Amino acid sequence: MLSRYSLIFILLVFLFPGCSQQKGTTSYDDPGRPAYGDMIVMASIGEASNLIPLLSTDSASHDITGLIYNGLVKYDKDLNIVGDLAESWDISKDGLAITFHLKKGVKWHDGRPFTARDVMYTYGVTVDPKTPTAYAGDFQLVKKAEVLDDHTFRATYDKPFAPALISWAAAIMPAHLLEGKDITESPLARKPVGTGPFVFREWVPGDRIILAANRDYFEGRPYIDRYMMRVIPDSATMFLELKHYGIDMMDLAPLQFLKQTDYPRFKKEYNKFKYLAFLYTYLGFNLKHGLFKDKRVRQAISCAIDKKEIIDGVLLGLGEEATGPFTPNMWAYNGSVKRYPYSKEKALALLKEAGYEKGPGGILQKNGSPFEFTVLVNQGNTVRIQCAELIQRRLSEVGITMKIRVLEWASLINEFIDKRNFDAVILGWAITPEPDPYDLWHSSKQGPKELNFVSFENKEVDELIVKARHTFDREARKRYYGRFQEIIAEEAPYVFLFYPYATVAVHKRFKGIEPAAAGLMYDFIKWYVPENQRRYTTNAALSP
Amino acid sequence: MLRYLLKRLLFMVPMLFGITLISFVVIHLVPGEPGALNAEMNPKMTKQVRERMRAFYGLDQPLHVQYWMWLKRVVKLDFGASFTPDKRPVIDKIKERLPITILINLLSMALIFLVGIPIGIYCARYKDSILDKALTSFVFAGYAAPTFWIALLLMMFFGVYLELLPISGIKSFNFSDLSFFDKTIDVTKHLILPVSISAFGGLAGISRYMKNSLLEVLRQEYITTAYAKGLPESMVLKKHALRNALLPVITILGLSVPGLIGGSVIFESIFSIPGMGQLFYMSVMARDYPTIMGILVIGAFLTLLGNLIADVSYALADPRIRIG
Repeated sequence: MLSRYSLIFILLVFLFPGCSQQKGTTSYDDPGRPAYGDMIVMASIGEASNLIPLLSTDSASHDITGLIYNGLVKYDKDLNIVGDLAESWDISKDGLAITFHLKKGVKWHDGRPFTARDVMYTYGVTVDPKTPTAYAGDFQLVKKAEVLDDHTFRATYDKPFAPALISWAAAIMPAHLLEGKDITESPLARKPVGTGPFVFREWVPGDRIILAANRDYFEGRPYIDRYMMRVIPDSATMFLELKHYGIDMMDLAPLQFLKQTDYPRFKKEYNKFKYLAFLYTYLGFNLKHGLFKDKRVRQAISCAIDKKEIIDGVLLGLGEEATGPFTPNMWAYNGSVKRYPYSKEKALALLKEAGYEKGPGGILQKNGSPFEFTVLVNQGNTVRIQCAELIQRRLSEVGITMKIRVLEWASLINEFIDKRNFDAVILGWAITPEPDPYDLWHSSKQGPKELNFVSFENKEVDELIVKARHTFDREARKRYYGRFQEIIAEEAPYVFLFYPYATVAVHKRFKGIEPAAAGLMYDFIKWYVPENQRRYTTNAALSP
Repeated sequence: MLRYLLKRLLFMVPMLFGITLISFVVIHLVPGEPGALNAEMNPKMTKQVRERMRAFYGLDQPLHVQYWMWLKRVVKLDFGASFTPDKRPVIDKIKERLPITILINLLSMALIFLVGIPIGIYCARYKDSILDKALTSFVFAGYAAPTFWIALLLMMFFGVYLELLPISGIKSFNFSDLSFFDKTIDVTKHLILPVSISAFGGLAGISRYMKNSLLEVLRQEYITTAYAKGLPESMVLKKHALRNALLPVITILGLSVPGLIGGSVIFESIFSIPGMGQLFYMSVMARDYPTIMGILVIGAFLTLLGNLIADVSYALADPRIRIG
């Protein structure tokens, strides 16, 4: 009985294929002509949490709100700061006041005009103590904010503050929908209204978010008509969906980028891009720990670690050797700092100078106690765990015993890092293109929960960081930061391991993608699909 | 009987209270704090901001005060608002995820019973035959093999190579353009893999249960009597043996009630099904206390209720058991 029914059932299903996508038939090599239409399907491991960007910190939410809202300024493809909602801006002679001249004729998605009042509201709500936001820090430095007229806004500071300008890249919220209301209760969290190139359409909880092109966008209508973000919580499934053409774009792991996508059918359908991301991975020492107080010991460990081996072995070559806390695609990067090429002899010589001698079994000793420490790594991060293993082997060759302890993220941070209860740790930083090393390297930032947890203290560095913060002169800042990087390289509080590449696959029907210092998405509104290569018709994505 | 029921229901109150108290304390013992605060290592997160957010969620209060505030709301059946940045009512979050989880669990449970019971009967009747051994191996393979591995293999085979079934999700992109008939087909296609894989893992339990129970019954003297009075074998099996053997299997149904709202995290993640398992997992990762507690309370209540139903139905079905 049962088998008969199930057979009929299966037949039914296969006889009526519900949907079929056009694929594999067209050639995508023809660049074609820009045309309006089609949809791009993205995927995210986690679901967006809140579409009011002030109130969320997750990347899925910010990917969406980045297309819906604008700031006053933004980065261009070469990471220069250019106007977004601001047409231009003046910085007063003393560097204390920034006056923004806003673009005229910009409209919110509901048709109301955008004015300086919206900017004022955004500033006000961000610094309002009742707003639970993580982004109040920069705006709290504003001494006075004023609306000069409908299209002019001025922010005045106590001291000239260089990172201030880019802090105005924060998304501007619609005052007419929020003023006088509790922002945490606002329906905009699920149904945002912005000024950006895409308009919110639909959110199917736990499943997808759909945006549609804003035809009246002030920089021109985006060519791609629809943007969909699917929630696919498992990365293996996401990769299968990519191979199945269920999604159009995905960040790839090194192995996926080099091997698992290296077959003709995939290459026919997808372009792969690689560019330097604003990230670095490091081995950080607790400078309060007896072993690491001596600079020579830190330098010796830097010499004993083979960075190239880590990049080749762990990242399969998809990264660059790191030299300091800035990445090479930043204007402030100084590439001519002291480097530590792999050399066992140099490491041993430095350790000898610091008073360590080989003891029984080849273990280094000083005053009878062996050179031994534990490095902490967070669970689930295979890249960092593999780095730790390679470092462990290299250090054992010079006679240092390094133990590896893998911990869950929350307990690693709360129980060990915050309490300064660690010897060394492997972590990574994501940095902003506009440099401001204050939070990480200034000696005043050593309090609980603050980020200078390695307890780095250097008078000159403190001065350089503060000076660079308080001038708008880029040449001067570049000099200060250049010197700052030299000192960090010399002092070696971290062993800077590598800058990884971001590796992305995008479907070939999307044209006009130009990787630049700013990545891929900076001119997303200029991406297009030629008419003959279009996959989705207009309404395909909306559920009833 | 009625008195017994009332007594059991009354006993559920302190039990539920105990469960919530223990869970509340345990989840607050876990290091880390709710998602919004969990912007650990974020340079933009100043100390004042952190304190402000803690106060906003009431986390600056001592634990017993927090529990009391929570309890006061829950007795009014208000589970509060989530601590994640979306701050939606917990009950809404659960409501939108419950239907798909229940649907999949019901389907797979039906499939387990429909396939598992016949397998069990066959294995008992033809004990030690080759097919019995083959079926036993088959169900145990399903029990032992990791779900995520089988799921990925089948997704690759049916999705990427044969292109017959969709890989993940529960609806296609063009769902709204489809006719009602096509919509049914579309959802069915999306459900085939998840339902059959989750059923595959559950076959072993029910079929072994069925087999042993039936073997037990077949050894009884009244079965010998039935054979002796010349009844055909199918009659003996159906009328006499099966009825008695099915009794304990039916009580398993009662015990499966709480399982209906619990989804498997691994499984839902792999198929990107927005169900309860994922919700629970995400809430735990984000230390979203109200949501965790909401799901736990509902789960605990259903477990207690399921136990009660199982006990009662046992008594109803088997006159030898007396209660009350």
